Amino acid sequence: MLVTAGLFAAMFVAGGVRYEGFATGQIVLNVFIDNGFLLVVAVGLTFVILTGGIDLSVGAVVALSTMVSASLLQAGWPWWAVIALVLAMGVVLGGGMGAIIHFFGIQPFIVTLAGMFLARGLCYTIGTDSIPITDPAFTAFAQTRIDLFADLWISPSVLIAVAVVLVAAYVLHYTRFGRAVYATGGSEQSALLMGLPVARTKITVYTVSGLCSALGGVLLAFYMLSGYGLHAVGMELDAIAAVVIGGTLLTGGSGYLLGTVLGVLVLGLIQTVISFEGTLSSWWTKIFIGALLLVFILLQRLMSRRGA
Amino acid sequence: MTASTPVLTMTGISKQFPGVKALDGVDFRLLPGEVHALMGENGAGKSTLIKVLTGVHDIDEGRIELDGARVAFTGPLAAQQAGISTVYQEVNLCTNLSVAENIFIGREPRDRWGRIRWKEVRRRAAGILARLDLDIDVTASLSAYSLAVQQLVAIARAIDVQAKVLILDEPTSSLDAGEVQQLFRVMRRLKDDGIAILFVSHFLDQIYEISDRMTILRNGRLVGEYLTKELPQVELVAKMIGQELAELERLHGTAKVFDRPLVEARELGRAGAIEPFTLTIHEGEVVGLAGLLGSGRTEIARLLFGADHASTGEIAIGGTPQPLRTPRAAMSHKIAFCSENRRSEGLIPDLTVRENLVLALQAARGWTRPLPRSRQDELVSRYVAALNIRPADPDQLIRNLSGGNQQKVLLARWLILEPRLLILDEPTRGIDVGAKAEIQRLVAELSGGGMAVLFISAELEEVLRLSHRVAVLRDRRLVAELDNDDRLTTESLMETIAGGGHPA
Amino acid sequence: MRRLLWPLLALAALLLLNVAFTDGFLSIQIKDGHLYGSLIDILRFGAPLILVSLGMTLVIATGGIDLSVGSVVAISGALACLQISEDASVFTAVALALGLCLALGAWNGFLVAGIGIQPIIATLILMVAGRGLAQLITDGQIITVNSPAYKLIGGGYWLTLPFGILVVAAIWAVTAFLTRRLALGLVIEAVGGNPVASRLAGIDARRVTVMAYTACALCAGIAGLMISSNVSSADGNNAGLWIELDAILAVVIGGTSLTGGRFSLTGTVLGALIIQTLTTTIYSIGVPPETTLLFKALVVTTVCLLQSPAFRAKVFHRRPRPAPKAAAEEKVKVTA
Repeated sequence: MLVTAGLFAAMFVAGGVRYEGFATGQIVLNVFIDNGFLLVVAVGLTFVILTGGIDLSVGAVVALSTMVSASLLQAGWPWWAVIALVLAMGVVLGGGMGAIIHFFGIQPFIVTLAGMFLARGLCYTIGTDSIPITDPAFTAFAQTRIDLFADLWISPSVLIAVAVVLVAAYVLHYTRFGRAVYATGGSEQSALLMGLPVARTKITVYTVSGLCSALGGVLLAFYMLSGYGLHAVGMELDAIAAVVIGGTLLTGGSGYLLGTVLGVLVLGLIQTVISFEGTLSSWWTKIFIGALLLVFILLQRLMSRRGA
Repeated sequence: MTASTPVLTMTGISKQFPGVKALDGVDFRLLPGEVHALMGENGAGKSTLIKVLTGVHDIDEGRIELDGARVAFTGPLAAQQAGISTVYQEVNLCTNLSVAENIFIGREPRDRWGRIRWKEVRRRAAGILARLDLDIDVTASLSAYSLAVQQLVAIARAIDVQAKVLILDEPTSSLDAGEVQQLFRVMRRLKDDGIAILFVSHFLDQIYEISDRMTILRNGRLVGEYLTKELPQVELVAKMIGQELAELERLHGTAKVFDRPLVEARELGRAGAIEPFTLTIHEGEVVGLAGLLGSGRTEIARLLFGADHASTGEIAIGGTPQPLRTPRAAMSHKIAFCSENRRSEGLIPDLTVRENLVLALQAARGWTRPLPRSRQDELVSRYVAALNIRPADPDQLIRNLSGGNQQKVLLARWLILEPRLLILDEPTRGIDVGAKAEIQRLVAELSGGGMAVLFISAELEEVLRLSHRVAVLRDRRLVAELDNDDRLTTESLMETIAGGGHPA
Repeated sequence: MRRLLWPLLALAALLLLNVAFTDGFLSIQIKDGHLYGSLIDILRFGAPLILVSLGMTLVIATGGIDLSVGSVVAISGALACLQISEDASVFTAVALALGLCLALGAWNGFLVAGIGIQPIIATLILMVAGRGLAQLITDGQIITVNSPAYKLIGGGYWLTLPFGILVVAAIWAVTAFLTRRLALGLVIEAVGGNPVASRLAGIDARRVTVMAYTACALCAGIAGLMISSNVSSADGNNAGLWIELDAILAVVIGGTSLTGGRFSLTGTVLGALIIQTLTTTIYSIGVPPETTLLFKALVVTTVCLLQSPAFRAKVFHRRPRPAPKAAAEEKVKVTA
């Protein structure tokens, strides 16, 4: 995690040296603003990965959330009812997948893959085109700027994302559920024999992930002001990459939320750097993320070897 | 003590698994303030009885009463809440968490907002470990400590719960003598507090040292309940295996002269694992390795098999130095190694008996030269018969076999390679008395046929019975090589281990 | 054989559904010396998926997973088309593309076996970076080629059969020979079942693992050639997108456990056919194609549930639990 922080600082400084107008506080805030939804999704995914599971459905649930929001708003539902329904939907989807994973002993990879198909499929049954959002509450939310000091500003989504991070960090480190998440990831068998509620923990982490994805979808709907079945394609990869770059072991049991936050920031900063560079094509982003993943995984491997 | 009423009674317990009746009408009772040993061979039903008691499995028939009230636990958590705590043979803790957390997880002290009070957790953890005379950093991750310490932490966890019944399922199998005594001190204290302790161990000496009463199971049925002091060891063993055990004598014949060196380790060592040592193994010789757990026994075996790389010294085979960098290289020199960790380093659980048996031979041939089916059948049926492997079905998945039979399959895996040196690391640990005797007899036969054997065991009697020569290890150093003549006894061997190389 | 029962039943059910909805579904005709018919189409369009799934089976059997096959599909097609568009011979183009795929597979294998990175992450790297690489090769464009020889791989016919089917059949036969006639299968299953024990039994687990990943990438590469050849163009962005998920699905439906060990090539082919038939079925019975994903979700869930021992125990063999049952009956009596 220290490495991730160092990398972030180094990228920021290097960017500042190389590009004019890069090294400003607003650049960092913009990364937050542009990736608030990813942050929320990655937080949920961190819970799942800490238990040693994986959730491939997050991107599709995000897309489904934008789609449901947009279509219900179009049908004239009030904004608060829409948000409540979308969040409930995330909880149901996540909890359902968790229950199938736990009770029927099917690998999370496969179950959440099915969940991904289901959510994307539902998107397309709602509609194959992009649905614009014109609801005043949503647009107001999208356009509000919260001014901080000295010309710096953030969007309300950033506040929500930061709140999610804080709550999640508290839950992971100061509640029995949070510790059970780590224990389950360390050794499910042991956790069970130590009398921990493994079933409840496993189902809950997928529920948390579903909820976070739905919330991420709402934030994305604020950001894009549209619902579309092709929103957030491949986002599960970005989220997994962020969690891994943030130092969480994919085998579970070890990692911190702050790491995930840094991971998201690093990913966001890569995009910013590439857009500042101008001449680099967008596919370099993918190559960079791949290279970064490689470096971080090798580092993790090296450190865990030294530890053992 | 006999006057007190049982804290736990199990009556007429039956449990059926597909194809096996694991428990058949078993009765069991536990009195408060006693250490009660549960005895039986592997497959007798000890683990199943513990599992149905703690709610891991349902029972098909019978009733369980705790403090006179009928109970049926839905799982270990429910059992624990009712006052039945269990410490298992393999440490079942989360090594990624801190020591303190491992003791308290699931019942951490919390403030009224549900927030865990970490300071309190650490303070109380240190207090409990102090009761066990264990002074370690409770904030460090459990993975930083040895298996023995982890075991004591597991016990610390179990005794912190206000337990009425404490189940210790082979807790001593990875502890050294000092740690066993430490555990026994704790057990006696808990006993004085009125806790009923159910104790399972393969070490008869330990049973006689600590237990007050024992219940013996055989083939899923109750043999009987006895006061330990009224049941002589020989009778106990007879009741466990259901037949009179043959007189245990030294299995190797009269003193022979071994003058044809097969494998020589010359100043061989590996930093952090074993100090450089020199050891020669001759053809037809059984060399025993004696020493406490962690004294470097397994490390020597792994170096000789090329499973680990040596940092100093060399290995000579038939007089010529050979670099053994991989198990494959060792196998090409006809060296075989049967690991002590049957489950993690031996079995391929999803494969059949046949496939597990021919695996090493196939690996030695390479996958491009498959072993013809007819040859497989011949080998498998020969060794299944020779080693009395049951069930004698080569297409049975190996994970469905009992521990002793799995061990025999693994032995057969190496025997079909016709090795010149067979390294056996704890081949008889955790298997029943009958299989143990068969394996010991086999080792004697093999060495009679000219094969060299390096035999590692924690049981000194066994080492003495089988070996021509005993190498003694202490603190990762080879401290003595003793010829196994009439003067060598378990006592003198023990003194060598304790005294560091000067036999009395 | 029993574990092939469910996939077989599922495939049969799907085919029956088609027979009910489509006239002449089972009929196969010869036109211009080529075989035509719905069944042939399923095989033809399913060929790339079957290939990728076969490779994936080997990787999964070693206890691994390869997420990068989709990217490899794209890279292979992109490189071949780029070469052909720059006037290289088809043979050179194909050889170069497959050579690169072998290298990429070896890279994955090296990360997993050499360095010891978890497979899901090791291959995630190439999955992410490989997409970028494919786009780099095509410069973000769709490269169109016009080469009859290249067209043969994915769109042509030979001996009245679509060429792709023959390629698949050949590779299936070779894989089956290596794994079941020779002892590669036992070795792979041992490595997947217990890598440590395999090493101590004298198996060179690293080499076996690297071979599996290399073979998997090679299969993906050939599939990539088929896909790009079929449409005579290479699309770095979309070629082979999500094929890794379909392939993993096919393997799992075919009864190979994701935890490694036992594998079944026949099961995998059945699994891939189920997925392809499903797609065809959705078109033929007139359900809007957007809902394909919904059906996939349904099939995955059903097949996995049917294979799950826990599910079968809960649904099919209700264990007798005398006490609660008796209590329930009593209650019924009281209310009655």
